[in-house]
Amino acid sequence: MTTWVFSEEIDGHASASALELLTKARTFGDTSVFHIGAGSDAAYAELGAHGATKVHHLTIGDRLPGAPAAAALAALAEEHGAELIMFGMGNTDRDVAGRLSARIGRPVLGNAVDVTVDGSVRVTSEILGGTQAVVTEATGSAPALVLVRSKAFPAEPSGEGVPEVTAVSMPDLGHAGSAVITESHVEESEGPDLEVAGVVIAGGRGVGSAEKWVVIEELASQLDAAVGATRAVIDAGWVPSRLQIGQTGKTVKPDVYICAGVSGAMQHLVGMKDSGTIIAINKDAEAPIFAAADLGIVGDLHAVVPKLTEALRNR
Amino acid sequence: MRIAVCVKQIPDPATPYDLDPDTHRVVRPNDQVLDDTDRFGVEVGLQLAEGDDGSVTLFSMSPSGSLQGIRQALAMGADKAVIIDDEALAGSDALTTSRILAAAIEREGFDLVVAGTESTDGSSGVVPQQIAELLDVPSLTFARKVEVTDGGIRVEQQTAGGYDVAEAALPALLAVTSGVVEPRYPTFKGIMQAKKKPIDTLTAEDLGFTADQVGDAGAGQTITSVTAVPAREAGEIVEDDGEAYLKIVALLEQAKVI
Repeated sequence: MTTWVFSEEIDGHASASALELLTKARTFGDTSVFHIGAGSDAAYAELGAHGATKVHHLTIGDRLPGAPAAAALAALAEEHGAELIMFGMGNTDRDVAGRLSARIGRPVLGNAVDVTVDGSVRVTSEILGGTQAVVTEATGSAPALVLVRSKAFPAEPSGEGVPEVTAVSMPDLGHAGSAVITESHVEESEGPDLEVAGVVIAGGRGVGSAEKWVVIEELASQLDAAVGATRAVIDAGWVPSRLQIGQTGKTVKPDVYICAGVSGAMQHLVGMKDSGTIIAINKDAEAPIFAAADLGIVGDLHAVVPKLTEALRNR
Repeated sequence: MRIAVCVKQIPDPATPYDLDPDTHRVVRPNDQVLDDTDRFGVEVGLQLAEGDDGSVTLFSMSPSGSLQGIRQALAMGADKAVIIDDEALAGSDALTTSRILAAAIEREGFDLVVAGTESTDGSSGVVPQQIAELLDVPSLTFARKVEVTDGGIRVEQQTAGGYDVAEAALPALLAVTSGVVEPRYPTFKGIMQAKKKPIDTLTAEDLGFTADQVGDAGAGQTITSVTAVPAREAGEIVEDDGEAYLKIVALLEQAKVI
């Protein structure tokens, strides 16, 4: 199976999703990467170490990547007979995959937690809060376009060599390709990265308000944990959206996941259900989160969490 | 400015939905609500239209039997709605939905298309980008702040580590994140006025599609199986008696994180 993987360079590195996808893709046979961004040797070395034999690089400059990257990848896929193109679920991945899909008339199979190739491409995704596994097969002509959730395949280097890098020229799309990025801002975040932290403390709507959110942060700092939130909390504007865990947010698999005031909507469960130990604190004994928890405390989080934080502080 | 806002009616997320075991399609209850994420798109559309005496038209692919969700958006202040309702569309994949919506928007004419980032009950999350490509316009997505510039729009786009400022000239597509604005609640007057607002209903054929291009026949994907994922072993649930935090401490010790 001629497989392509999408990669975006961020701060001199290939995207984490690209390395995860390559780890899987190299088991399917010959694997090429479509890489956008600065194009550093360090990023190429990472891609090569994870199984890429060829890298096609598009320098994107200040252009918004979606439209030009999709057009360039469409031309490459046709020229090289790509049968499967894999993307992560990052924002640029989705912009490029969506536009490519419409451009070449192939659907996007999204939210994949597994991909198999056996004549045809099949992806497994989980719905209804991860209680049901759905297998979807791509029908019709190649290539199949697949969006894979993060951590579906742990990235493992294969020790292979340096890939052959080919420069791709910027397609001229006129108006459709004319959007530009004028400024980039990095927002400082404290504590460990949500996606790699060993312990995650998540808060839900039950925390009550932005002012009361400190209860979550204080517990997190005692455990050197990352802070996460449900979509309701993001929508309410209590914390920035990069902290969102769930279907439209991040997928986390920490050793310990503690959530307070989280009801356990399906949207949220798919983003954390594979955590090692799950501890839930919620007032409502009927909350669906308790079905996913190893330990459930039915009670007021504003009583339980401060006591827990205090007990940890005194150890 | 002619603003097209894409909206979707979904089963109320508070009441879990089921899959039809034979067709693997979502069994849609009669009562459907406006997808919560779309309220943000409607609000952005209304605010941009209010700024320059523009119009807001809603577009939705939806069985017209239940228009509760569309009425909600009209009651917020949208001027009219275009519904594409056709039995032939049942089983359509996201790309077909995008083709239908793009065709309806093109037919009506537009300067700016506004959509939510992703529907609550869907999975692919690429419909806005597909629509933009089909309409051959730039797409500004994952927008958390929007402003109008001379002849275009400027947004703050959420990125993994912060945000970018991006700009495009019109016509363009804008996909907004939840929280971008505070959606207004319909007023009583708005709810009454919504009952009189025009709702055009179109079929796939009206938009130039044949039966084999849409629905199950036109889908480039098929569900081959749906199976239950083994449930996690039931945990211990305790009522807080003031000392329940000690159980958490014990479990954290057991997990060797303290």
